[in-house]
Amino acid sequence: MIRLKDVQMEYENGTKAIKGITLTIEDGEFVFLVGPSGSGKSTIIKLLTGEVEPCAGRIMINGFSVSNISDKQIPLMRRTLGVIFQDFRLIEKKTVYDNLAFVMRAVGAPQKEIRKRIPYVLHLVDLENKANSYPTELSGGEQQRVAIARALVNNPNTIIADEPTGNLDPERSLELMSLLVKINELGTTVVVVTHEKDLVDRFGKRVVTIESGHVINDSVGGYVGGRIHG
Amino acid sequence: MAKRHDFQYFFHEGLSNMFSHGFMTFAAIGITVACLLIMGTFTLVAVNADAQLRDLEQENEILAYVDETYTSQQAQALQSKLERIEGVTTVTYISREEAMEDFKAEYADDEIFQDLDPQILRDRYAIKIGDLEQIQQIKREVESVEGIADVSAYEELASGFITLRNVATVICVALIAILFVVSVFITSNTIKLTTFDRREEIAIMRMVGATNGFIRWPFVYEGFMLGLLSAIIAFLLQWGLYEAVAQGVASNDTLQLIRVVPFSQLWAAVAGTFAGAGILIGVGGSLSAIRKFLQV
Repeated sequence: MIRLKDVQMEYENGTKAIKGITLTIEDGEFVFLVGPSGSGKSTIIKLLTGEVEPCAGRIMINGFSVSNISDKQIPLMRRTLGVIFQDFRLIEKKTVYDNLAFVMRAVGAPQKEIRKRIPYVLHLVDLENKANSYPTELSGGEQQRVAIARALVNNPNTIIADEPTGNLDPERSLELMSLLVKINELGTTVVVVTHEKDLVDRFGKRVVTIESGHVINDSVGGYVGGRIHG
Repeated sequence: MAKRHDFQYFFHEGLSNMFSHGFMTFAAIGITVACLLIMGTFTLVAVNADAQLRDLEQENEILAYVDETYTSQQAQALQSKLERIEGVTTVTYISREEAMEDFKAEYADDEIFQDLDPQILRDRYAIKIGDLEQIQQIKREVESVEGIADVSAYEELASGFITLRNVATVICVALIAILFVVSVFITSNTIKLTTFDRREEIAIMRMVGATNGFIRWPFVYEGFMLGLLSAIIAFLLQWGLYEAVAQGVASNDTLQLIRVVPFSQLWAAVAGTFAGAGILIGVGGSLSAIRKFLQV
């Protein structure tokens, strides 16, 4: 479960990115986080992944209190999350298999489990034939599916996707979003930051709209009010 | 505590990192080898200078002259008293006849000295000491022995040797310390470049929950292997260089007075020091390079 209570965040340069957000995402939910540029969406992602600390308020993620987490607990908290980035962030000199294997090794998974888990996850994202390919040999959609597989491989409670369709055409975007919905149906909480209004409306999921560091709308069914600009 | 299979993984990662960043690896090894060679050469020059000084020290002796009223037997009886003085290594009795023979031999070309009566000289003892720094104290003790009329010692020469050796040691230690710091700094910066190249990989590892230890170990292994490889190369080069210089000195007529310490007496110390310094430089450089990427 993710819970933000009266969270405020101000960067060192004085920019107030989050001005008091209270938000709860239950286990197993699928939530779109939308809003214009500079609204604070990316800061929320950074707060959730422990990259930045809030100036005020409390953040609880999967049983960890991120607002006063110790340095030693941060890796443990991050193991409950799977993060997907707009630019995929795959390691080009490693094969698809190795891109997945090294994140499993990073959390101490034994070789036997790695050999068993990776084919399963690659099958889930329909890339079982690309295990030995390098990221540069794949299309954008395939690379993003590898990124999803990497986020899934350690079996996290929550997937956080930051503009996952930003570099994909509409058809691939729909395909990818459907995959995230499928993952959600298997029990994983999914939080998607996006500016693709059509996609958001199409899936009829919970939509939280952020503007100027505040939540201005939280409803189910599609985007309501304001503008969405990436 | 990392598991055994992790260490296999770290070793494999460290090794593959070395090969995948070939130029940087070459640069880091080259710099470390150069620094080790410079440090090694200075140290070996210092070791040889020290050995040379010790040889010269050995030739420096105290001459203790026996009272001329003492008979030859009485004079020889002083030997055991002199040998008991702390710091004295050898005591050699020289009768006035032997001293005269030496004197005549030294001035063989001068006829005027060839007909002198040995009775004008005194029986004497040539005393060698272990540590030149004790020369004044030993001289005083020899003077206090009953039957010793006079003592001559080249204290200024001894003091000159000591000063020279101390200055050489200080310069050598200072140079080695400076070169060591420079080596760590350069190696650290070289590894930092390879680390910078892998910042994305490190960022992903942190994002999926890898601990700092897990991220750090492959770099430590890489530093260790870089250091060890550098030490091996530097050792072989140092060996070749030393032997070449030793042969050059041996075959040169004017330099034959210099005694070069054989490498066979030094190789173990050189190998051990190079391995230790190389590994310390490599691992230290790696840890220093990776530090800023591990800040949460």
